[in-house]
Amino acid sequence: MLLVLPVELVLIEGKSKNMERARRVLEMKGITKQYFGNTVLNNVSIDLYPGEIHALVGENGAGKSTLMNILFGMPVIHSTGGFSGEVLIDGEKVELMSPAEAMQAGIGMVHQEFMLLPGFTITENIKLNREPTTKNALSRLFRSKSLDYLDVPTMRKDARAALDRLDLAIDEWAPVAGLPVGYMQFIEIAREIDKKEVRILVFDEPTAVLTETEADRLLESLRRLAADGIAILFITHRLDEVMAVANRITVLRDGETVARLNRDEAVVERIAELMVGRKVEKVELPPRAKEPSDEDIALTIDNLVVDMPGEMVRGLSLSVRRGEILGIGGLAGHGKLGIANGIMGLYPASGRVSKNGENIPLNSPEEALSRGLAFVSEDRRGVGLLLNEPIDRNIGVTAMQVQHKFLKSWPHFLPALRLEDRAELRAYAEDMIRKLDIRCLGPNQPVRSLSGGNQQKVCIAKALALEPEILFVSEPTRGIDVGAKRLVLDLLVRLNRDHNVTIIMTSSELGELRKVCDRVAIVYRGRLAGILPPDASDAEFGLMMAGRVGKEAV
Amino acid sequence: MIQSPEQKKVESGRDVSLDMRHIVRTNGVPILFLALSITMAAVAGLSPAFLMNEVITRFARNSLLVLSLLIPVTAGMGLNFSIVIGAMSAQAAAIAVTLWGIKGVSGFLTACLLATPLAAITGCLAGLVLNRAKGREMITSMILGFFANGIYQLIFLFLVGSVIPFNSKSMLLPQGVGVRNTVDLINIAQSLDKIWRPVISGVRIPVVTVLVSLGMCVVITFLLRTKIGQDLRAVGQDMNIAEVMGIKVDKTRIIAMILSTVIAAWGQLVFLQNIGTLNTYNSHEQVGMFSIAALLVGGASTRRATIFQALIGVILFHTLFVVSPLAGQKLFGVPQIGEYFRVFVAYGIIAVALAIHAWQDRQMRKEAIREAVLTE
Repeated sequence: MLLVLPVELVLIEGKSKNMERARRVLEMKGITKQYFGNTVLNNVSIDLYPGEIHALVGENGAGKSTLMNILFGMPVIHSTGGFSGEVLIDGEKVELMSPAEAMQAGIGMVHQEFMLLPGFTITENIKLNREPTTKNALSRLFRSKSLDYLDVPTMRKDARAALDRLDLAIDEWAPVAGLPVGYMQFIEIAREIDKKEVRILVFDEPTAVLTETEADRLLESLRRLAADGIAILFITHRLDEVMAVANRITVLRDGETVARLNRDEAVVERIAELMVGRKVEKVELPPRAKEPSDEDIALTIDNLVVDMPGEMVRGLSLSVRRGEILGIGGLAGHGKLGIANGIMGLYPASGRVSKNGENIPLNSPEEALSRGLAFVSEDRRGVGLLLNEPIDRNIGVTAMQVQHKFLKSWPHFLPALRLEDRAELRAYAEDMIRKLDIRCLGPNQPVRSLSGGNQQKVCIAKALALEPEILFVSEPTRGIDVGAKRLVLDLLVRLNRDHNVTIIMTSSELGELRKVCDRVAIVYRGRLAGILPPDASDAEFGLMMAGRVGKEAV
Repeated sequence: MIQSPEQKKVESGRDVSLDMRHIVRTNGVPILFLALSITMAAVAGLSPAFLMNEVITRFARNSLLVLSLLIPVTAGMGLNFSIVIGAMSAQAAAIAVTLWGIKGVSGFLTACLLATPLAAITGCLAGLVLNRAKGREMITSMILGFFANGIYQLIFLFLVGSVIPFNSKSMLLPQGVGVRNTVDLINIAQSLDKIWRPVISGVRIPVVTVLVSLGMCVVITFLLRTKIGQDLRAVGQDMNIAEVMGIKVDKTRIIAMILSTVIAAWGQLVFLQNIGTLNTYNSHEQVGMFSIAALLVGGASTRRATIFQALIGVILFHTLFVVSPLAGQKLFGVPQIGEYFRVFVAYGIIAVALAIHAWQDRQMRKEAIREAVLTE
């Protein structure tokens, strides 16, 4: 093992008077950050020794990226009121106000998304904006460094050295465009280690886009860099990797440090549990006459691929039982939101989806809607509602389009000319307002002026007007207050029990999935990782979301 | 272990066998225009000497203007329609030089000296505006051009002679306010061209003017090899990445606009000294459109433009300009038809190039998504 233990470092730097502080290369103490009154980080502390790999794990929204933004002095932090707590580098308090200052202080970042220019060569990318230059007549005349020639031989030499340090045998003058993704990640790293002053390197989910062998190789590089004395902060979801390389592990949850473990005391299951760890109060759901089972499948999804940017689905197969509430969970960016959007035709999709054995043509919202599918979008204000229109028209619009409901009966042979039947629409809307308890001034109120929870109910009412057999609901409780959340969830359960609607509910909040669903499918990297019963343990959910191969439970 | 990209080599090996098809596909536009020019020249039955004379004159006259477009393209700002602002600066300088009666090459150089700070300042202002319209630079620069035209007209039509003292009655409109529609640039007319104009087998070559254009090519090449050139290219590829890497994106873009506007001002002066008269209210109007059309005819896109493409474009576009009215005369007996065709081509090529650009953009995005799915 190529580990430099902190103990040895104490010996090396033993002369230092203030030993405890000086030997830490980085300390972040008592960091608290609020965005518009929301506390996203609460008294979080983390420290780093030279030559150490410190893993930072946590779910989406746990506060990892905010913490890193603070470390890098990102403008977004300072423009939203700064933060409290202090950052120390080599025991000295620093105030990093911009990424450039962080860079000068010796902090390097390997970005999650590649900061590479495809039209440049590997060398040009590694030396980007740090190019060595040579003087020429004009630059001397104008005393301007901007007019210096690029010193290409030195650039190549430096790039070669950095690539060699990573043991990467690739032509340093090759263009970046067309390189395999794995290479790009290494070029990013090469750029950081080429900076002579870099002592702290942050890896933000570096293996997210890599294949397994590439990831192994990356971990090997991590060890190698740590052995050179660079302190590494390693952010990841993959717990195996944490176990493989980390010296220490810090677990964040909901903006708080929930645990700091040494590797020898860490167990994957324990970390997973700490990561997810919300106690779920299980409420007794009303029983059904007939429990859904694999005998009666309502919807079959076969090898679904959806090109939804940021939520790519890459070949997902899943069967939905008739009459169940199926939860779809997973970390952000792994494709859970892409599933419903793809099936409903909002994003380009391929694969096979069939309802009761009948094939549903993809890439057409109309086809999906007319076959008894309905969708309550996660993008309530963008896709879900016509914000300036009244409640009743919002509720009726899809049904009017697809099923010619709420239209005057004449001329029946030419639906395109049929007018909206205000009276019928209004009566239906009033009924819905009563049934779903939509708090409003009446069916004429524009939905823009409703609260989030009530807007969500209008969205659900709109889907119900289609009388769907299968209802997709994405992020039903996003951005609405706690009381309204419960109402919306209760409503879904009632729909399922009383009207026998099969519901496929996608949510980032595992807790609510576990509260109302019969089964919870976890999506990982665009594919199904596995299906768990809602009462499975936190650790099981955590592991599956973090990419440990799940088993087909239930 | 990650294997070295053997596959790439195989692919590039196959590329060689497809060379011809590749060349045609990537250079479709210039090849099409070459064929058109040759056909029309044949139809019109022009003598090669006449054609060469015309083309060389127009090459010398226009190439600097077209070259002024290259730097903004490199910086990712697309085709800079606001080079008309540079042209206006040049015209202001030309009017001043005529008024002061500075003659010959010194008059021309004075005009250049005068136009440079004007163009630099207006270019800087244009850059500031374009920095607020990232991603919509082309349409913004076009409208900026129209806006500047309004100010230009205000100054030369109403302020000159009323607010701004102007002591040459002969240059003013009869009522004593505003510059005449045409100004005879008697002082600087042909000043650059006639320094040395040898006739080689019937073709008169304005050597100095051509050398100025070629000199500009060298300067641009030099600029792109320096640190600022690297910054321009980086900003042109991806502003966000450049910003994250600490390149001052806004400043770099303003520099690109200043350089472009200044070169355009010099280009317009070269243009005016060749023509010899100034159409006070019209000379600058077509500059942007025609220079951009020429660059696009050379095979450039809104994303990539080289010096070679600029030069080829000037030659092809102006060859077409010369031959199409004559071909129209020959074929239909009406030169207007050729003239229509010429205008049609100038605007059509811009529309097509922009449409192709948008289409390729979408194609690229699709490709990227497909690749992302496949890598899984």
